[in-house]
Amino acid sequence: MKSAPMSKKASAAASELLSERELRRIADTVLRLAKSTAAEETEVHVDEVANALTRFANNAIHQNVAEHGLTVSIRTVTNGRTARATTNRIDEDSLRAAIEASLSLAHSQPKIPSLLPMPGKQRYRRVNRFIKQTAALSAEERARAVRRACDLAVKKGQVAAGIFSNGQSQSALANSRGLFAAYRETHAEFSITMQEDSAASWAKANSSDVRAFDPQKLAARAGEKAHLAVNARELAPGRYTVILEPSAVLDLVGFLFYDFAATALADKRSCLNERMGKQLFGPNISITDDVYHPLQQGAPFDGEGVPRHRVGLVDHGVPKNLVYSRAAAKAAHKEPTGHGFPLPNEYGEAPMNLVFGGGDSSVEKMVASTDRGLLVTRLWYIREVDPYEKVMTGMTRDGLFLVENGRVSAARNFRFNQSLIEMLKNVELLGPAVRATGEEAFEMVVPAMKVRNFHFSEVTKF
Amino acid sequence: MWDLCTNALDTARLRGAAYADVRVMHLRQRDLTTKNGQVGTLSQSESIGLGIRVLADGAWGFASTDRLTQDGVAACAAQAVSIAKASALAKRSEVVLAPEQAYVDSWQSPFRKDPFEIPLETQLALLLAADAEMRRVKGVTLTETDMQFRKIDSWFASSIGSRIHQRKVISGCGIAATSFQGQEIQKRSYPNSFGGQHALQGYELVDSLDLMRNAPIIAEEAAALHSASQCPEKIGTLILGASQLGLQIHESIGHPIELDRVLGQEANFAGTSFLTLDQLNKLQYASSIVNVVADARLDHGQGLGTFAYDDEGVPAQCTDIIKAGKFRGYLSNRETAHLVGLDRSSGTMRTESWNRLPIIRMTNVSLLPGTWDYDDLLADTSDGILMETNRSWSIDDRRYQFQFSTEIGWEIKGGKKVRMLKNPSYSGITTEFWNSCDAICKLGHWTLWGTPNCGKGQPMQTMGTGHGASPARFRNVHIGTAFSNQ
Repeated sequence: MKSAPMSKKASAAASELLSERELRRIADTVLRLAKSTAAEETEVHVDEVANALTRFANNAIHQNVAEHGLTVSIRTVTNGRTARATTNRIDEDSLRAAIEASLSLAHSQPKIPSLLPMPGKQRYRRVNRFIKQTAALSAEERARAVRRACDLAVKKGQVAAGIFSNGQSQSALANSRGLFAAYRETHAEFSITMQEDSAASWAKANSSDVRAFDPQKLAARAGEKAHLAVNARELAPGRYTVILEPSAVLDLVGFLFYDFAATALADKRSCLNERMGKQLFGPNISITDDVYHPLQQGAPFDGEGVPRHRVGLVDHGVPKNLVYSRAAAKAAHKEPTGHGFPLPNEYGEAPMNLVFGGGDSSVEKMVASTDRGLLVTRLWYIREVDPYEKVMTGMTRDGLFLVENGRVSAARNFRFNQSLIEMLKNVELLGPAVRATGEEAFEMVVPAMKVRNFHFSEVTKF
Repeated sequence: MWDLCTNALDTARLRGAAYADVRVMHLRQRDLTTKNGQVGTLSQSESIGLGIRVLADGAWGFASTDRLTQDGVAACAAQAVSIAKASALAKRSEVVLAPEQAYVDSWQSPFRKDPFEIPLETQLALLLAADAEMRRVKGVTLTETDMQFRKIDSWFASSIGSRIHQRKVISGCGIAATSFQGQEIQKRSYPNSFGGQHALQGYELVDSLDLMRNAPIIAEEAAALHSASQCPEKIGTLILGASQLGLQIHESIGHPIELDRVLGQEANFAGTSFLTLDQLNKLQYASSIVNVVADARLDHGQGLGTFAYDDEGVPAQCTDIIKAGKFRGYLSNRETAHLVGLDRSSGTMRTESWNRLPIIRMTNVSLLPGTWDYDDLLADTSDGILMETNRSWSIDDRRYQFQFSTEIGWEIKGGKKVRMLKNPSYSGITTEFWNSCDAICKLGHWTLWGTPNCGKGQPMQTMGTGHGASPARFRNVHIGTAFSNQ
């Protein structure tokens, strides 16, 4: 085995990620090695992560981890066929072996009539989501912040559990037609559950900039709501007006995103089949996919290196546009939108940066305007029951409150079975769209919503 | 690999670790899929790296690296110790580990055909042929097939002197047909949904499935579901097919017995458990015919939860979970065992990869076979609904209230399947449901199902778990919940 062409670093500190020049050297090495093989075209992705996560429960840190990893993923094309091989070793012998593995896989299949030539050089809009302060956050700093949150819990007679994480990642994509794209970002997240007796509540924030949220404030908010959630009373299942906080909205509507993939419609597994251009949702619902939105994250290019475009998906309740990979665009006689997954794959593409239009209400105003309803902090274990009507089931969790004449009191958690299509027809009020984070869907920019006739089917025991 | 392990352990000790364990893992994976007669995913990957867990100043730290040089490993071990010392800034008590012996061993999971040695052309030809069989059926609008193979080598060493090498070969395969008509999408899968069957086996698993015979059957069913009657909402008798019962076990028994959940360590993410410590040996979890074990031993079968040692160096064991309906045991590790009065871990610490911390995981959590022949069970059911193949699953964060739906249902009248039902679903409270079980089929109908996609932990880890089950009957179940009042 030959020695590595460049060094790989072990630490999770900001300065330890490879430079863009070093990423390009790895990519160039792969493209050079592939020239002496049967590969007619070659694409290489180089991805590097350095992440750290501090986990706490019972008012103490119980897990505390750090990782560093780099992968090189190579797709070759030969004689109308393509396949991918991935390795995390970057010495030339390993890279050559991955190229050969990719070719061997490609040779094993029939020709792909729809396979397109790789795209050539592209121009990308720059986005800056790498924040030095986030990358530099140390294990000690995370531990001290966690300690302060846990001390607050102890002071209140509560029990805290959660995470404080930070990290950095970068990707480079190059191909034998001269395309090169690179992107790096940082990410930080604080999530906390405060438990009091048998009640609990939760708060979470996520940003590329660790200074964008205050763990102490999140801990205090979760603690206040946990106290309010004590002595929950059981209510009868049925249809209620609900006030969904942004995290609850996010985790529900996250199940809609793949329906906007052109490939999903072609495969007839999208709820938008035979519904495009029709008034499907309420006129107050507008959705775009916009990686360039200031509250969004992610690379400005897709899995083939095509620049991501802003796409208006829903305009005043009417589904107007889909997203397209290059292959899906060609099949539909459209332009690619820059949402394709790395090839080869069977799913095509998806919008990954959803931004909902907001309104001028707020959770407080929604509560004040509600005679009888439920305030939902968070939802849990959401699964699709009916893929065409988009009926979802799931549970409320960590803070369900009955709203009566503008006042709130604790309620036992419910199971819901609710069509997302119906829900988005029944939105009465919208708050401002904010960057929301949950556990069932990736982060989006969504508002709090007041929704009538939300269907809760059963109640649980707490 | 052992030199790397030794280097990591030595560095950790020099830096002040009171205990350390290290895993070097080499993971190889091949993924093949087809869709509508064309190859979809065709990829393979390999990943090798090292993860070290240390106990220093009474607290845990973990670090991982893919830089497998002496310097890289030493830096990683030093980082783990410094992280542990940071953890100690927010500790409330010292970590105490249950005693365990040191083991020096090497083990390989049994397989007859190495899936990585089977020609890719052979594998793809089978998937494409099954795909074509499904597409022959009128009304089918989407066909999908998949195979997945993994080979995992792990070298485990600990500061108490263990040196354990394990090699596991895992195979998975499944097919699915989807039909979109009118305002409805219906789907049938074989032999199970969400990727089919997965087991600690070689390519012989694929050979055993007989995809070509089953492809047209599920395709016909997917199309026929559109004209089937809607599953009614009622309180009634439910018979669950074995694969659906496997997932029922996973969600309503497997997760609540994880001691880390019980102790609040997962409260922020995966949730807690209704099985508080005072319930052990007291709770009537299920009816008296129900016996459930967590068994990682090869004797139990070649499941996704089968191994020789867990990722904490503890030998595979069989633990009674429910015996004659009574709640008898948790899944524990060396850190938590003493909290339930055990003098030893039950051996359930597992990690997805070299860059993830081992956490408490299900092994093979299985319902032991009963006494009924399947035909006799149907014949004995005057009015009920048989549900097969999972479509959706959901349960609350303490594992009380659940709702499942399946791909297909059959109405049972007078001991016979009389008609197909679409959109079947059922719901309940865990202990009420299991206490309503009045018949379990015998060994000949028992399968050790694999659940390859169990997510837990932060950062998230995906783990394969095994669930042996045979068809079983439950009384007074709330049926049809998911579609009520839609």
